[in-house]
Amino acid sequence: MSAADQAAVMRDHPLRRWIRAYADSRLALAGLGLLVLIVAAAIAAPWLAPQNPYDLMQLDMLDGRLPPGSVSGDGELRYLLGTDAQGRDMLSAILYGLRISVVVGVAATLLALLVGMTLGLVAGYFGGRFDALLMRVVDIQLAFPSILTAMILLALFGQGIDKIIIALVASQWAYYARTTRSVAMVEADKAYIEAARLLGLSTLRIVFRHLLPNCLPPLMVVAALQVAAAIALEATLSFLGLGLPVTEPSLGLLIANGFQYLYSGRYWISLFPGLALLLTLLALNLVADQLRDVLNPRLRKS
Amino acid sequence: MPFFILRRCLQAVNVLVVMSLLVFAGVYAIGSPLDLLVDPQATTEDLARAAAALGLDQPVWVQYGRFLSRALGGDLGDSFIHGSPAIGLILARLPATLELAVVAMLIAVGLGVPLGLWAGLHPDTVGGRTIMAGSIVGFSLPTFWVGLMLIMVFSVQLGWLPAGGRGPTTELFGLPLSVLSVEGWRHLILPATNLALFKLALIIRLTRSGTREALQQDYVRFARAKGLSTGRVVGVHVLKNILIPVVTVVGMEFGSLVAFSVVTESIFAWPGMGKLLLDSITQLDRPVVLAYLLLIVLLYIVINLVVDLVYALLDPRVGRGGSGR
Repeated sequence: MSAADQAAVMRDHPLRRWIRAYADSRLALAGLGLLVLIVAAAIAAPWLAPQNPYDLMQLDMLDGRLPPGSVSGDGELRYLLGTDAQGRDMLSAILYGLRISVVVGVAATLLALLVGMTLGLVAGYFGGRFDALLMRVVDIQLAFPSILTAMILLALFGQGIDKIIIALVASQWAYYARTTRSVAMVEADKAYIEAARLLGLSTLRIVFRHLLPNCLPPLMVVAALQVAAAIALEATLSFLGLGLPVTEPSLGLLIANGFQYLYSGRYWISLFPGLALLLTLLALNLVADQLRDVLNPRLRKS
Repeated sequence: MPFFILRRCLQAVNVLVVMSLLVFAGVYAIGSPLDLLVDPQATTEDLARAAAALGLDQPVWVQYGRFLSRALGGDLGDSFIHGSPAIGLILARLPATLELAVVAMLIAVGLGVPLGLWAGLHPDTVGGRTIMAGSIVGFSLPTFWVGLMLIMVFSVQLGWLPAGGRGPTTELFGLPLSVLSVEGWRHLILPATNLALFKLALIIRLTRSGTREALQQDYVRFARAKGLSTGRVVGVHVLKNILIPVVTVVGMEFGSLVAFSVVTESIFAWPGMGKLLLDSITQLDRPVVLAYLLLIVLLYIVINLVVDLVYALLDPRVGRGGSGR
């Protein structure tokens, strides 16, 4: 193969094609940019935040419930987004809360992906009784609203980061299992899998080296949508007082804290954490939307 | 066909039994309600007597057996907190929740279908793009936060609508309803809008993609070639074909609307069964939680059954097919 041929192959590498197709939509690019910014802000929260909102030494009760733009009593700090009842800078609290929300959402999604994908691969490749049983369980699970599954589990286990992650995994694994299984069933009948079998490769190698990579594109779409769903669900549960404890204030808890002050017109305690949550979910949904169009050529033509 | 119906009903009963077992096992493991119910200074004997009175001293499977045999007679146990039958407590709040969910669904369909249709017919116009962008935002809006914002704008800032509660109800055939009075609507409109938002976004997307698909079908092209007016092509040929998936989704999503009313009800202090569930979870009121979950499962199973049967009627292939989904 000449160098020019190789370059031609590289130009048509699926990854490049995908990137080109993704960049087709300016809205989707904006969503990706926003997502990168949000994740960066979540990671860098301790360095970006004007104060450590959970270091009691840095808080001043006299600065409580100040509207956005106020200056602290000692004149050192400007509260761009106001303060809560404890005199906590809302901007700092939101950055820290974003961090918790993103970590919980991503961790839950990765775990659910791992569990659902493995079960779905086995069911799709081998079929048989395990497949039938798994699909029954998936049907029942998906027929039941995720918020109820999670609420019951949290009522069972109590609060905590690990517990809410378990609850989220339990209410979301079925989406991955079903998607993986349906793709794996189609892929398992294709010629390259048969060729791999004829070559005498081990089943483990066929399933994880050959079958798995070809099942990934639709799973990426589901995962992108489910991260958003996981973050929203965690926020909802924490808002209801069932999710994270007060010591791990995610965005949902921050919004809940501001609820009682809403009636007296102190809107900022609930408004800004909610906007941060909205932007995060919006960025994720924009990216997932475009991924679905890019990775599903059948849909793109219509 | 009768065989198909019979088989689906048997499946439904199976699922109900499995779910009742799961739900019972799950709810059983939630803390000990005795700690909450009995005076902290109670002696061990007092505790034992209270446990015996509530049947908590028996092994789990005995409790489940008792529960099941009584459940078949319509008795799901008495609430630990209120002392009255759990099922009665829930049924008393059912109309409020159902009314909220039905009105929310009507809002979602009533706005979603026309908007989706318009966006599907004019995909590349400013209006069509705005509707689609709006539906993405609608998907991303955290329901509970929107509820707070609605209260902030319409109750606190503008002072137009009450911030919570159900207000006065009017009886119709023994059911207390809000939709029959202006004051009732004033209380209903904010929570119903809040609950409707997510489904509205969903129905807009569904209708839009259905419309775009239908427009490329031969029957629409033929109808156009025949010289039918656009109004007739859209109103009859396109609309008829997108209504099938929309009706299915409305059926399937109704259960999740009832489930998600937990959030809306707790924000707007709406006296429905979702709020009761939340209170019961925090108070470890086991029979009420159990009764609520079983009722939701039953609702889901009935809805699924109806959707499947309607499908079998609309599409004869389903009833005859071997897989029988």
